[in-house]
Amino acid sequence: MAEFLTTPLGIGIYIVAQILLLVVPLLVALAFLMYADRKIWAAVQMRRGPNVVGFFGLMQSFADFLKYIVKEVVIPAGADRAVFLMAPLVSLVMALVAWAVIPFNETMVISNINVAILYVFAVSSLEVYGVIMGGWASNSKYPFLGALRSAAQMISYEVSIGLIIIGVILTTGSMNFGDIVNAQKGDYGMLNWYWLPHFPMMILFFISALAETNRPPFDLPEAESELVAGYQVEYSSTPFLLYMIGELVAVVLMCALVALLFLGGWLSPIPGLPDGMLWMFAKMGFVFFFFSMIKAITPRYRYDQLMRLGWKVFLPFSLGWVVFVAFAAKFDWFWGAYARWSVGGG
Amino acid sequence: MLWLILPTDGVPTLLAGKEPTLEDMLREYLPILVFFAVATGLGIVLILAAVVVAVRNPDPEKLSAYECGFNAFDDARMKFDVRFYLVAILFIIFDLEIAFLFPWAVAFKDISMTGFWSMMIFLGILTIGFAYEWKKGALEWD
Repeated sequence: MAEFLTTPLGIGIYIVAQILLLVVPLLVALAFLMYADRKIWAAVQMRRGPNVVGFFGLMQSFADFLKYIVKEVVIPAGADRAVFLMAPLVSLVMALVAWAVIPFNETMVISNINVAILYVFAVSSLEVYGVIMGGWASNSKYPFLGALRSAAQMISYEVSIGLIIIGVILTTGSMNFGDIVNAQKGDYGMLNWYWLPHFPMMILFFISALAETNRPPFDLPEAESELVAGYQVEYSSTPFLLYMIGELVAVVLMCALVALLFLGGWLSPIPGLPDGMLWMFAKMGFVFFFFSMIKAITPRYRYDQLMRLGWKVFLPFSLGWVVFVAFAAKFDWFWGAYARWSVGGG
Repeated sequence: MLWLILPTDGVPTLLAGKEPTLEDMLREYLPILVFFAVATGLGIVLILAAVVVAVRNPDPEKLSAYECGFNAFDDARMKFDVRFYLVAILFIIFDLEIAFLFPWAVAFKDISMTGFWSMMIFLGILTIGFAYEWKKGALEWD
């Protein structure tokens, strides 16, 4: 057995098994996160939410899934068929492959590359192509306008996400997630994590993540009163499902990023308790809860407000923060809180 | 993740603290390629599932582009606001700048005062450009 696993075929099978071990639980978890999202939303509005399929409606997402599969795939007559079907595929693939470098504990990561965060940044910026291609290929007005808006929104907020990431890298001295988490290790548990020194940036990152994944209050492409459903108008059946999965996978990825960059990943918040994967999941769930709550309690932004917030508030603020972190790290301000490479970073 | 069964061969070297060789680093990229293939396969299977399972009876009305209640009377690929183009240009400038910052940030603990101050001057020049854009109204959406 062990011998077989050193042959190219064995290694191939082993890698595929690892990937399935990640993707299948991720998709199942997604079904329940979707359910949680709707339940939280309902609870805020004092409704019951899904409660018919399965116990307490727990099977709702699976029923939805079956429903998607048996629906007719409508491809509009004027559409560019190949691009039309490729667009949701790009959206899904780009959202999924970013997970290849996300670690869940000290050793559990599919691809432990040294430029992990740069890879996530690159892949998630390619997601915008799914949107643009879908909007263009539909050959319809609402998708076209929705795709333009969505693309402009995503690239605007990506700039501030990039600058926030730079701040974290400056403090750590490495782009590997393992190093970033290890640099947050310390005697004071959660007080050693980056949320404390980088607190404003954690908030900014979270809000940018909302805009980047087209979640409310920044769901402008899906502003029903103006654009019906934006770039997804002409989609039905599983191509639409792929967009939905892609979007939700991207949301959960953002939760994982917040957990890794600012909340100490798999580290235990209380000194003395063992570190482990469960902390990572708990933190991701915690961040996802905020995603859901914000969806339920905030009104939608207007497009010009959205762009102003991105370019005139977030960009100057995060740029200034990079300079501040650079000075604090170079000249050892705040007892070395911004120069953590001595602790565990690369 | 090969360490589960092959502890000697596949220990994640970057995390184990020993200096990884170039081959070690390149080998870590193989799962990413496989991941691309698996994810693409999953997507294609899902699309094909609906194509195979679901009934299809298209008619001209169903296949026409959606527009609120009447037939589409214009080409959908129309002229659009130049500001989207401007946003894309600004994005390229700032993303390029971030690309410059990445290696600087990783090497930060090793760089000299010269390296530190030259990046600060670079960021200063960039800020002047940003202020100019702002003054010229390139960031306005009215």
